Amino acid sequence: MRWIAKLGAACLLAAAQPASAEFYQQFDTELSLEGRAFAQSAAFESQTDGNLSVSVLSEWYAEWNRDFSVTIAPFARFDGSDDERSHIDLREFYWQGVFNSLEVRLGVSKVFWGKTELLHLVDIINQTDTVENIDGEDKLGQPMLRLNWALGNVSVQAYALPYFRERPFTGEAGRLRAPLPVLRDDAVYESSDEEKHLDYALRVQGYLGALDYGLAWFSGTARNPQLLAANIVNTADGPQPSALQPFYGLLDQLSLDAQYTVGSWLLKLEAVWRDQGLLAQSPGQPPALVGEKYGAATGGFEYTQYGVLESAWDIGYLAEYLWDERNDEADNGFQNDLFLATRLAANDVRDTTLLGGVVMDLDRGSRFISLEASRRLNGSTKVSLEMRLFSNIDPRDALFYPIRQDDYVQLELTHYL
Amino acid sequence: MTLLTPKNLLLTALTALPLLSIAQTPEEQGLAIAVEADKRDLGWSDSESTMTMVLRNKQGQESVREMRSRSLEVDGDGDKSLIIFDQPKDVRGTALLTFSHKDGNDDQWLYLPALKRVKRIASNNKSGPFMGSEFAYEDISSQEVEKYTYKYLREEACGELSCFVIERYPVDEKSGYTKQISWIDTSEYQARKIEFYDRKQSHLKTLTFHDYAQYLDKHWRPARMEMVNLQTGKSTTLTFTDYTFQNGLSDSDFDQASLARAR
Repeated sequence: MRWIAKLGAACLLAAAQPASAEFYQQFDTELSLEGRAFAQSAAFESQTDGNLSVSVLSEWYAEWNRDFSVTIAPFARFDGSDDERSHIDLREFYWQGVFNSLEVRLGVSKVFWGKTELLHLVDIINQTDTVENIDGEDKLGQPMLRLNWALGNVSVQAYALPYFRERPFTGEAGRLRAPLPVLRDDAVYESSDEEKHLDYALRVQGYLGALDYGLAWFSGTARNPQLLAANIVNTADGPQPSALQPFYGLLDQLSLDAQYTVGSWLLKLEAVWRDQGLLAQSPGQPPALVGEKYGAATGGFEYTQYGVLESAWDIGYLAEYLWDERNDEADNGFQNDLFLATRLAANDVRDTTLLGGVVMDLDRGSRFISLEASRRLNGSTKVSLEMRLFSNIDPRDALFYPIRQDDYVQLELTHYL
Repeated sequence: MTLLTPKNLLLTALTALPLLSIAQTPEEQGLAIAVEADKRDLGWSDSESTMTMVLRNKQGQESVREMRSRSLEVDGDGDKSLIIFDQPKDVRGTALLTFSHKDGNDDQWLYLPALKRVKRIASNNKSGPFMGSEFAYEDISSQEVEKYTYKYLREEACGELSCFVIERYPVDEKSGYTKQISWIDTSEYQARKIEFYDRKQSHLKTLTFHDYAQYLDKHWRPARMEMVNLQTGKSTTLTFTDYTFQNGLSDSDFDQASLARAR
């Protein structure tokens, strides 16, 4: 515990820097207006066919002598139709200090691990803000103490994560949701400490010539909950669940992520080995806790042609294969899938870019098509277009089946203050 | 082929010595000037500056880029640099870490602030526009002697100065240029002008250097660079402000932790 006292003293020292110390600060705010239009009629009566939404993200960053900083970044969204999507979150609120080769971060923060483009298997520290977007790239702030030792080409990170953030779920009025309402306030945990369970993680990352790698161990509460059938009611078809209840088991995860960069090729791999506590449900019996051990991996390449046909345009070709030992039980929906995509960059003054691709389920034939494009309108405004289509979805694709009628086009205008 | 008798050998030895210093080939002369220019700038250790780019299209419409740049001199290899983007605002907080090498591709990592992601990127995109400007990546990257071969052309007046005119040819086949003609002044070895020739051998761009200032009584840096694209009519003005040298930066200010921390 002595190091905590030392850390506290260092914090006080940093806070008590004389006014003459080199001080730097930034304050940024971005405002977004987002409109979504759904092409098909809703699968559930309570849902809408279109949606307007506004969000605001601010960030204040202050730095003393380059080695000490404070970052505060609140986020808020107000959604026209879904109360659950209207939410506020403290994305970041942390103090950071650098002591020679040791970097200490204390507070609520965001961390990214991984290399691949479609699925971020290895990335585990932050909870996914699923109501923001189904791409899994929006994250909730995670309380943490992080130590990062920089040792030249290698760094070693240790995390203590004292408080767990539950996953948000789209409400009944929103599209792109589970078939039944999720009882977010009634989550059950494997650990008796529930959300106060102390999670920890260790990561070694670095590079060796053209190889970038990360090797990590995580032990704590699974970020992705199991959804249990709940509130059983008697219907004409017999007893049926009327809601879903999140169950957060304990998870040990060993992970590897790597990228080899050669010429215009990026070769990428992410693999995880997990031991996760799950509840086995069988009719008429109380749920039983079982430990499931499984592996999952994704890997592929990105190849870029620069300056195509004497123009400034770059064209990238991406292919990633996704595998999960759990087959249809895979909680991300990708068990034997192939992702093919192309990335276009105009390299123009307006920074016009486009990423379009398809994920094909090689077992079931289900297809998920995605298109993302963006362009700067002027120095402080950007427009983004997003389209997601669900095609030929098989009922055994349990994750995609409930959203099979939720094809949408989204237009977003972001203004930077 | 004549046999070298002891007498001939002596004659050869006597005549060869002055010949070596006088009758350099144009290639040797060109290289010697590049080496001298490089040598005169050794010892700057590290530097920081603020860079502003004003991009102009044919109609004169302007857009602005702002970056902060930190560089570290590396003994025996190319320099390390960290560029933090401030404008336009949608890329604010993005940072680019480059380890340039005398031989082979540079190593480059990009930090994407929205995702908090550090991404190794392919660095053989030499000829692509930097931030949509008329500067290509290879124009703003560290100018190592080994990245070109050289040929001395002539000496001529350049404004009030006298300049060496040398051609240089990129070693890397991914370069967007077949050759560059550069004007280097004969007293301080400052670059005054560079003409860039594209893959079809036609004159693509001209870069001029302005308002040189000397730092630490040794190192000359231009405060302004003007790049004009002769084929499209677009141009970019790059200005440097707040130049500081020997700030005590080290390798640890150019690692991935620093990249992710950079603001």
